Amino acid sequence: MLAQQLANGVMLGSTYALVAIGYTLIFGVLRLLHLAHGEVFMVGAFAGLQVVLWWQFGPMAALIGGLISSAALGMLLELVAFRPIRKRGNSHLAPIVSTIGAGLVLQELMTKLFGAEQTPFPSAISHVVYHLGVISVTGSQLFILSVAIVSMIALHLFVTYTRYGMAMRATSENLQVAAVLGINVNMVILVTFGVASALGGIAGVLVGLNFNAISPFMGVEMGIKGMAVMLIGGLGSIYGAMVGGLLLGVMEVLSVAYLESSLRDGFAFGLMIIILIFRPRGLFQTGIRAER
Amino acid sequence: MLLHVDRITRRFGGYAALNDASCEVAEGLVHALIGPNGAGKTTLFNVISGVLRPTSGRVRFQGVDYTGSRPDKVLTMGIARNFQHVRLVRGLSVLENVMIGAHARIGRGLLGNAAEFLGFAVAEKAAREKAREMLDFVGMAGKAEMQPDNLTLVDQRRLEIARALVSDPRLLLLDEPAAGMNAAELNELSALIRRTQVNGLTVLLVEHHMRLVMSVSDQITVLSAGTIIAGGPPQVIQRDPTVIAAYLGNGDELALHS
Amino acid sequence: MWSSYWDSVAVFLGINVLMGISLYVPMTAGLISLGQGAFMAIGAYVCALLTKANVPFLPALLAGGAVAAVAGLVAGAPALRIRGIYVMILTLGFGEIVRVFFLNFEPTGGASGMGGIRPLTELWQVVLACLIAYAVAWRMRHLRLGRAMIAIHEDDLVAEAMGINLTRTKLVSFSLGALVAGVAGGFYAHQALFIDANQFDFSRSAITFLYVVLGGVANPFGSLVGAAIVTLLPELLRVVQDWRMTVFGTILVLIAIWRPDGLLPAPRLRRS
Repeated sequence: MLAQQLANGVMLGSTYALVAIGYTLIFGVLRLLHLAHGEVFMVGAFAGLQVVLWWQFGPMAALIGGLISSAALGMLLELVAFRPIRKRGNSHLAPIVSTIGAGLVLQELMTKLFGAEQTPFPSAISHVVYHLGVISVTGSQLFILSVAIVSMIALHLFVTYTRYGMAMRATSENLQVAAVLGINVNMVILVTFGVASALGGIAGVLVGLNFNAISPFMGVEMGIKGMAVMLIGGLGSIYGAMVGGLLLGVMEVLSVAYLESSLRDGFAFGLMIIILIFRPRGLFQTGIRAER
Repeated sequence: MLLHVDRITRRFGGYAALNDASCEVAEGLVHALIGPNGAGKTTLFNVISGVLRPTSGRVRFQGVDYTGSRPDKVLTMGIARNFQHVRLVRGLSVLENVMIGAHARIGRGLLGNAAEFLGFAVAEKAAREKAREMLDFVGMAGKAEMQPDNLTLVDQRRLEIARALVSDPRLLLLDEPAAGMNAAELNELSALIRRTQVNGLTVLLVEHHMRLVMSVSDQITVLSAGTIIAGGPPQVIQRDPTVIAAYLGNGDELALHS
Repeated sequence: MWSSYWDSVAVFLGINVLMGISLYVPMTAGLISLGQGAFMAIGAYVCALLTKANVPFLPALLAGGAVAAVAGLVAGAPALRIRGIYVMILTLGFGEIVRVFFLNFEPTGGASGMGGIRPLTELWQVVLACLIAYAVAWRMRHLRLGRAMIAIHEDDLVAEAMGINLTRTKLVSFSLGALVAGVAGGFYAHQALFIDANQFDFSRSAITFLYVVLGGVANPFGSLVGAAIVTLLPELLRVVQDWRMTVFGTILVLIAIWRPDGLLPAPRLRRS
């Protein structure tokens, strides 16, 4: 049974990882806590739902729909809600206010469109159960896991080998130096928002497919946990977010299986605080200094 | 001897900014620390003031080993300092900036704080008066309510000195207080340093202005490439061939002779 | 006529102002908490439990504040050696832990919350509490603690070199903030008459953050202005009924762009 739980945990954790990567990418280039990222994730889920409902397409199309909508939304937010603040100086707090405002707007808009209650997300994938040795997984779970893996690999390739990916890394290192070196920092930031939000959108659709229900408020919990995972992995570390997300997923599933299920949501933050006390820079100890 | 610096070594990675440096500062004197650029003066200064921990070696003040103590502890022991690149708190007035230096001496403890709230502001008043006194002392009377940003650089430096003095230190550490001053201001600074000694204050001064150093110091220690190469009164140091070589060798156009 | 509806709004406004002060205090020292809701929750539950045991309101309020203050010490301890952004996430996490705790803590009702709380809160009490809190904040500013906090916020290296004990000052400021939030929580419980863990969630902390930042972090009255705007604006926006949050959110974004440092400027010092 343990192996089964682990497998479930990995699947849950991969969605956490995707969201956390988004946070960490944005934090990396802008040092900003994008509190509306959870809402971007949520919008992606709803976009995917529309694709499935209106056009009767399958999960892949839903994914693409979610990915594109979220990416577009993320970039729009950067242009409308964050860039104007950056232009006017270096406030660290104002952008957070902006993210809160944007999040509220998105929540209400989606509530208007889809109602505040949970909306069913048709399971567009077969429920055939595959038995792989000790564990059994459904088709949808396999789909989720493979999509997540592919996304993370794609991200890794993007960040490591493409010009934009390298520009992103340079900008996270040091924004001023990157600008001086001729990197179009504003474009890099825009692309970062696009990529981060796209991953969030993918995660949204995956969660919808997995739990078969979504709501305009699903972004709140995921958002906060995403930030905790970001910290666990190390602020600014993509691989940290991946590992941290998987770790959290496994811990949560195990806690439900072997402990009080209602404590599940507390694990993310308990783990986070432990990391903060003993290893403040996170598991992967990258980049941004934690200590004074 | 008030201060003992005992074989201090400080590495940054593979680079030894200080290498087995030792010296002693006698009470009641003005003691200068000089050396070409990159010699390690500021590093030594930071070790003495507790901002940096040495890689090895000890520092002793009044016989007590305080190596590795945090800066606030160092202040309560009686060592106060200024900062080479003036660091003032912009959100506080000039007077309040000076008053920060009095914190170590004002009544402490959580209960003390609670009492202060209710008007037992005697300690606060005392601190305020002491701060005004120090502002007077450095020649800034009347500027108490100004914002630090609006001060001239010279005044900002004076403010830092006042802030250091208000804590009633036994040893005053001055990190390049003369940078950016003209001749008249240098004379005033010289006089100010001499004035602080009236009550037996010991001064350890890091400086590049040789004229100031030679005129105001009683003892000079010379640092070069992380080691102490000479020590003695100004007249001796001026003629010391190793010292001259260290400065000329470094390309510094310093006039050791005034 | 001053209807009881507006009376209620005024009480909640007062509670929100207290919450704003509760965050303003640690922020003066540079500690940004996104978890003030947790301290509010602790104060609320403790106070409610005590009044149910027939403890008079004032001692119960203070007890709630005291327990919250202790929680502030606990929450603040890991924050001592880490920088701004980490403190935000730390406090956010702490807020969630407290919420999950109360969701599961049966003696205070768990997920079903606690009801039947006596309606003890009155407007004058809340107003008085606000006045006292402001008086304390004002007094503190002109005393050692306030200066120490500002110095730490701007330059902790200098602060320490000047004898300020960073640990103690930070803990005290965090704890004081938590105390005020706890008292606010007590008032809240006896006005809302029913409390559950989800009323003190991250939104509560985020809104508290808005009070302070919108009004202006550098100005003690900033949190007053901010709380007033954030509390009253949705009321005034009843006109747009169904789109309140959208309009409100948009206004937030606009204010962030137009006035990144908050609506009130930093208090100017006199020039000589």
